[in-house]
Amino acid sequence: MGHTKHNPIVRALFNDDDVVLDAVKDLRSSGYHVSEVYSPFPIHGLDEAMGLERTRLSTAAFFYGLAGLFFASWLTYYTMTADWPQNIGGKPNAYWFLNMPAFVPVMFELTVFFAAHLMCWSYFAVNKLYPGAKAQNPDPRTTDDHFLMEVELEGKETDLTKKLQELGALEISKVEA
Amino acid sequence: MHYESPVRNPLILGDKSYKDITNDIAKPVESKAPRAWWIAFSIAFVMFLWGIGCILYTIGTGIGVWGLNKTVDWAWDITNFVWWVGIGHAGTLISAVLLLFRQKWRMAINRSAEAMTIFSVIQAGLFPLIHMGRIWMAYWVMPIPNQFGSLWVNFNSPLLWDVFAISTYLTVSTVFWYVGLIPDFAMIRDRAINPVQKHIYKILSFGWGGKAKHWQRFEEVSLVLAGLATPLVLSVHTIVSFDFATSVIPGWHTTIFPPYFVAGAIFSGFAMVQTLLLIVRKIFKMEDYINIEHIEMMNIVIMVTGSIVGVAYITELFIAWYSGVEYEQYAFLNRATGPYWWAYWAMMTCNVFSPQFMWSKKLRTNLIFTFVISIVVNIGMWFERFVIIVTSIHRDYLPSSWSMFSPTFVDIGIYIGTIGFFFVLFLLYARTFPVIAQAELKTILKSSGENFKKHHDDHGAH
Repeated sequence: MGHTKHNPIVRALFNDDDVVLDAVKDLRSSGYHVSEVYSPFPIHGLDEAMGLERTRLSTAAFFYGLAGLFFASWLTYYTMTADWPQNIGGKPNAYWFLNMPAFVPVMFELTVFFAAHLMCWSYFAVNKLYPGAKAQNPDPRTTDDHFLMEVELEGKETDLTKKLQELGALEISKVEA
Repeated sequence: MHYESPVRNPLILGDKSYKDITNDIAKPVESKAPRAWWIAFSIAFVMFLWGIGCILYTIGTGIGVWGLNKTVDWAWDITNFVWWVGIGHAGTLISAVLLLFRQKWRMAINRSAEAMTIFSVIQAGLFPLIHMGRIWMAYWVMPIPNQFGSLWVNFNSPLLWDVFAISTYLTVSTVFWYVGLIPDFAMIRDRAINPVQKHIYKILSFGWGGKAKHWQRFEEVSLVLAGLATPLVLSVHTIVSFDFATSVIPGWHTTIFPPYFVAGAIFSGFAMVQTLLLIVRKIFKMEDYINIEHIEMMNIVIMVTGSIVGVAYITELFIAWYSGVEYEQYAFLNRATGPYWWAYWAMMTCNVFSPQFMWSKKLRTNLIFTFVISIVVNIGMWFERFVIIVTSIHRDYLPSSWSMFSPTFVDIGIYIGTIGFFFVLFLLYARTFPVIAQAELKTILKSSGENFKKHHDDHGAH
């Protein structure tokens, strides 16, 4: 993303995941930039072949979880120790830490709650997914059994078209950027 | 690249292509409901309405309309609560734990199992709410100052832990389910002909287009959610068991409860998945995707967890005797030989004895037998909760207050109502949602599809 958007795009449709993967590898090694692949299911190794970076969502989830843990610690400290301390079942409550074992379940649940929900919200946000959004795939067949590749056109169009045909593309079309 | 050992049985039968998977899974959504669906839905809906009536009667009059008395102050309500939460556990186990263990057979059943989780946790959540008596005060369980003064909810109480556990579990299961559903909704959107249907699935699919980066994030999010849901599902039934284990009632005050409850939850949940999927595969003709291999795997889980539950029952008895505490000893003697002996032995027969048949390969691959056992197990697990709850409290320390529990029509009506509500939700789901995670299933077609496996074996590839 954010790559040179000025080149026209050539779209090539395939009907097999292995063929697409090989085609991506081939095109990349001949210097083309494969800007997108739309597929009906995740293709193992495609992100690496396209040169995509690792997603940072799991790192984000860790920090979201940490935030949940801190929130739960603060909540139990504030309500049970600071604001209105009570002797409940003789459990020691002079300090938050003494009463903490009883708060472990809530601390755990809120850690999971924050990590899971905030990660999913982040996932929707970075993928621009929201209720009623326009379908992102240009060809409806790519959620069924077809695979659509977008290659940036550099050099002669006929060369790229010929190469894509050799690599097994079924349909090829050009889109002006 | 798509090689899998020939020792493993194929998970997708027949000569399928990606297109066939799309067609087969979109079919129930696109075609008219079969007559069997309408019959089942009508019955479930009547049960649901009856339950609504009983719930409204309870709220309007008070929980005095139940069969509870001074001694037995928890009975069917909490039994049903624990039963429904337990059933929910199999869905998370299948989608999260089996994902972490890379068990591919989960892919045909995880969608429906997760749906079952969400729908059964909804039923479970109803019981504590209506048991409050004044349901309009339900927001008092939230951490807000009591009466908006400065007294807070009690974070030392397992009942409050339960509020956090159940709400986290319900919401996290729902997002986990929904993240997986989005690509499948997009598949239905892209082939819908009817404009109304297309619009609805457009809203539901959030604009999904299957971009490479999005699939990469999808897989990462699924993995992390599975990693979070695995300890979560164990914590939920652990905390449910704390409702009992942290009390000082003989028969409840037991450290074995958390693992024992979790094993029982998985046991009953798998039985319910089995019941539901045996019907779904038949009505929607999904036998090629949910085949004998899947059913056998689930039966093995039922057998193992049933045996764990059996070991827990026996350990409980041994520890009661070994503890030397006469109240503890009496609680267990009373369970097995007291006035509720029939409930105890129903539990033992259904939960410990009946799954042992699954050691036989012939029986665990027999569909009718499996169906019968799956129902028997769920009856047994309901009795387990009834035995733990009612028989432990109906004879307390003061013999003059000993009593029995008999349910009123309201107790029974609410229970029947939740079964109806559950099936109403599940049947609606089965008609409008893709019941199999087709995007995930397509990733294993080349390694676990019958046609592809055969091709590999014949041609000696690799």
